[in-house]
Amino acid sequence: MRNDISAAVDAALAEIAGASSAAALAGLSATLVGKKSPLGQLKSRLGSVSDIDERKATGQAVNEAMLAVEAAIATKRAECEAAELEAQMATEGIDLTERIAVSRRGRTHLVTQATQRLEDVFVGLGFQVAEGPEVESDFYNFEALNMPKSHPARSMWDTLFVESSEPGSVVLRTHTSPVQIRVMQEWPPPIYAVMPGRVFRRDTPDATHMPVFHQIEGLVIDRNITFRDLAGTIEAFTKAFFGADFTSRLRPSYFPFTEPSAEFDIRRANGSWIELGGCGMVHPNVLRAGGLDPEEWSGFAFGFGIDRMAKERHAVEDIREMYTNDLRFLRQFSS
Amino acid sequence: MKVLLSWLNEFADFGDDVDALADELTALGMPVEETVSAGTKVPGVVVAQVLRTERHPDAEKVHRVYLTTNGSNELHVWCGAFNMKPGDKIPLATLGTKMPDGREILRRGILGIDSEGMCCSAKELELNDDHGGILILPADLPLGVDVFDALGVTTDTVFDLDLTRNRPDCWGHMGVARDLAARLRRPFGADTAGEATHSVHALPIDIVDPGSCGRFTATVVKHIRVTQSPQWLQDRIARSGMRPINNIVDASNYVMLERNQPTHAYDLRSVGSGFRVRFAKAGETLVTLDGATRELHSADIVIANGNDVAVGLGGVMGGLDSEVVESTTAIVLEVAWFPADTVLESAARHGLRSEASARFERGADPWGLESAAWRFIEILRLTCPELEVHGAPQVTRNDTCPAPSLDVTLRLTQVERMLGVSLSAGQVADLIEPIGYRCVGEGSQLTVSIPSWRPDSTTEIDVIEELARHYGYEALGKSVPNSTVHGRLSAVQQRRRLVHGVLIEGGWSEAMPNPFLDPAATRLAGVDDSRQLALVNPLVAEESVLRVSLRPGLLRSIAYNQSHRVDDIHLYEVGHVYPRGENPLPDEEEMLCVMSVDDHDGELAALRSWTLLVDALGFGAQIDTKSTPSGYHPGRSATLRRGKQVIGAMGELSPVVLRNHGIAGRVSCVELSLSVVLREEPKPVAAKAVSRFPSSDIDLAFVAPEAIGAADLHRAVKSAAGNLAVSLELFDVYRGKGVADGSRSLAYRLRLQAHDRTLTDDEVAGIRAKCIAAAEKLGAKLR
Repeated sequence: MRNDISAAVDAALAEIAGASSAAALAGLSATLVGKKSPLGQLKSRLGSVSDIDERKATGQAVNEAMLAVEAAIATKRAECEAAELEAQMATEGIDLTERIAVSRRGRTHLVTQATQRLEDVFVGLGFQVAEGPEVESDFYNFEALNMPKSHPARSMWDTLFVESSEPGSVVLRTHTSPVQIRVMQEWPPPIYAVMPGRVFRRDTPDATHMPVFHQIEGLVIDRNITFRDLAGTIEAFTKAFFGADFTSRLRPSYFPFTEPSAEFDIRRANGSWIELGGCGMVHPNVLRAGGLDPEEWSGFAFGFGIDRMAKERHAVEDIREMYTNDLRFLRQFSS
Repeated sequence: MKVLLSWLNEFADFGDDVDALADELTALGMPVEETVSAGTKVPGVVVAQVLRTERHPDAEKVHRVYLTTNGSNELHVWCGAFNMKPGDKIPLATLGTKMPDGREILRRGILGIDSEGMCCSAKELELNDDHGGILILPADLPLGVDVFDALGVTTDTVFDLDLTRNRPDCWGHMGVARDLAARLRRPFGADTAGEATHSVHALPIDIVDPGSCGRFTATVVKHIRVTQSPQWLQDRIARSGMRPINNIVDASNYVMLERNQPTHAYDLRSVGSGFRVRFAKAGETLVTLDGATRELHSADIVIANGNDVAVGLGGVMGGLDSEVVESTTAIVLEVAWFPADTVLESAARHGLRSEASARFERGADPWGLESAAWRFIEILRLTCPELEVHGAPQVTRNDTCPAPSLDVTLRLTQVERMLGVSLSAGQVADLIEPIGYRCVGEGSQLTVSIPSWRPDSTTEIDVIEELARHYGYEALGKSVPNSTVHGRLSAVQQRRRLVHGVLIEGGWSEAMPNPFLDPAATRLAGVDDSRQLALVNPLVAEESVLRVSLRPGLLRSIAYNQSHRVDDIHLYEVGHVYPRGENPLPDEEEMLCVMSVDDHDGELAALRSWTLLVDALGFGAQIDTKSTPSGYHPGRSATLRRGKQVIGAMGELSPVVLRNHGIAGRVSCVELSLSVVLREEPKPVAAKAVSRFPSSDIDLAFVAPEAIGAADLHRAVKSAAGNLAVSLELFDVYRGKGVADGSRSLAYRLRLQAHDRTLTDDEVAGIRAKCIAAAEKLGAKLR
């Protein structure tokens, strides 16, 4: 019987070696080690071996033979499967570069991008964001900002007027400052707010001016706010927005709604200065117009143009380019 | 305002470190826009005399000038200016001269004939801005000598200051010097007081209308002669941006440039009868110095002589008839203070903004009149040493004249509260007394007397600003407020960002069209223009009304892109519209408009944005396909409603509108009121457990007449399916063979699932029957 076993194993191994696919091998298990297989039949004939020791030894030999055949099937099957996947992949090649589509994602406008970046920096510095109407009354745009009727400083802005039953009383806001008054009237102090938005001037468009453009205004009202806090806040903004190697300075200027007033400049790492905007301590008359007692509250305000920031960031030569709404221009700037 | 260093140095010793001084001026709030050297010698430019001039038949724009530089030689120069005649002396840049603009004068020919130098204008030598022709030099200059030496040209530094409108005092050198001296802690001197040399020549002076003038002075000066001013004085006037005229006018301008005080000299012959200062009478006219006949307005200030004949438009310009002329030997000098508003309005009315009116309208010093008069006489005496002053300035004034000083209470606690630094009474005085603010008091409260040359300074905070300026903004230091407020975007702002984000991910780019429109643009875009507001003072007619819709702007942007061969146009705008309302201010509203140019018939790309927005923002609206929004395609549009409120529109724009804009193809559009949908923040959704039991799908295809909206059918089926319906999806729309004309097949897949059990076949069949019944009730039939 021992000879029969080894003959059966040899035959089985030969058949396994000859198998060419994983599918074929899957069927071989039954054929080579099943009950009707040569080894299976040898196993069933064990009962005819009379010598107990002989029977035990032969039985063990049959089992080992069966395990060896099964292991051989598994090994061969793994080989076949690997080869088959290998072959499949070899035929499936594609050129990925053929399949990368052009992005169809849109873009927010450069001004929106700049506004959102500014808002994010100010939110990080502890500010909330306020908004107000773009068509304003004379009161909010001028009078409440310490410019009563016929105040000469009104001529600092070329104002566009809107038709109204009381001529001259409705204007397109010339700055975002009217939102200061609205915020003071509506929000209980302390106030830490920035107010971005669209503003209007009667300016003929050129490479650096548009009659419709955008500003961001900041307003802080709290107890014991000083000029030093203004300078420190401008400095914090400068570093947060432009980078740690930028610094800022304030120099005296004049605005009717702030006093002391200042222009603020920022200094690039290379030492050159850029004029950025105006700022100052909120004038007591403006606090009063906003319904706040200047003896209890003090504060500062600042403001600057957004369009210019976008223009300079992206080296746009002519600001009018930003308003042609040409998709070839707009789509350049990922947002 | 152009300010000369030599002139500043007359008031204090500022030295000559130009860059450092420019920094200090900037730190004081007088930013230096430009620093220019003036009168710098140009070596090689000599005095030459014109011998003769000659035209060349082939040269039209230039002629030939023959010159001598020593009386015996003859040089030939081509010249493009024709203002010289034989015998004139002119500056000649000889060969090899380097001009201030960098040009080098080389032997260069025209028509084969060389030029041996160049005749120069005053501007080319940077003597002044005069480029009207070649500079004709005084006849007595010696030939061949350096022109700058011969003229006695002085050198100087000119600071061009960008002054703020609250500092009238700095429109004179003295004011700038006072501020700068205080900053640099240099002694400042400016007192000018003269002495009358002869018996008083009294003139009757009457301020008839007190509102026309607060303070008026007249001084009679005799034995003068009209001549040229000294070169240095002419240089100063020219470098300050004015033109030297004669010694009288120059002296007047000099005093104005020095002290911000306009003065006016009349020929004594025309005002010997005295002065009457009043408002103009009806129909009164005056010929001003510029030769124009002015019809005066009842709010114009008139200076009349004693016979009540107008001789000047007060604060603006003198009259021609009383002008100082060559034969003048005696003058009356008027130095007066006029109210700023009145002068401003008068100058504006006559379109005549003079150097004088510009100063009065900012605010001159009513108490600087006498010293200005004395300074005028001092300057005039340089050219008229024999002049006689017939009495000190005769002063007339009334109650409209501001006081010589204004007292303001300054609390030291308030100084600290505003500036964040604590100053003692002594420190306060040290900072602002040098600029003329007198401080009285020792304790925590001072009385500060503000001088009359600072009309901008009237309250405590104005004084605190002066303290800050002279302490130094930089020296005040920096701190950060100790805030209890937390930074954040509001819900509306976050949701607005979501709108931007959803749209750009969906392929739309943001446009920012002009909110000012042509009056016809709204109507051409198919939008009701009855609430459109006009601008009172538009720049151009095409931008003269305020938009009531974002549609016209985006349509224009689409047309622009199409005309520039841009394909694949998907644009949106988030912006305000301004329709007329019940209140004085318009009913301003924030809107969203999304537009796409659709390449394929039936594809309404912009409508994708609706789904994206509804999903992202979590709001709903009824899509009312029954009412066509204005300007839309009647069969391809819907009005968006929340109950009775219309919140927008969507669909395909009317071909009429597209034709109005020259747009090819089809355009789909979604318009939505962000003022409504951003304000509604959905409540957080409570989590529902996902069912672990199997789901069952039913496919239902209905044939529905076109009149039945897909949304209506969807709603009916979904509601019939009840609580067990997990989803209902329209997966196919079919028109054509097998479906009657005027109908289409709508195929839905309904997924049913219970939370607590596996649905039985009977349950599923029951729901199916209910759905079919609901569809039939609407008029749709199972296919």
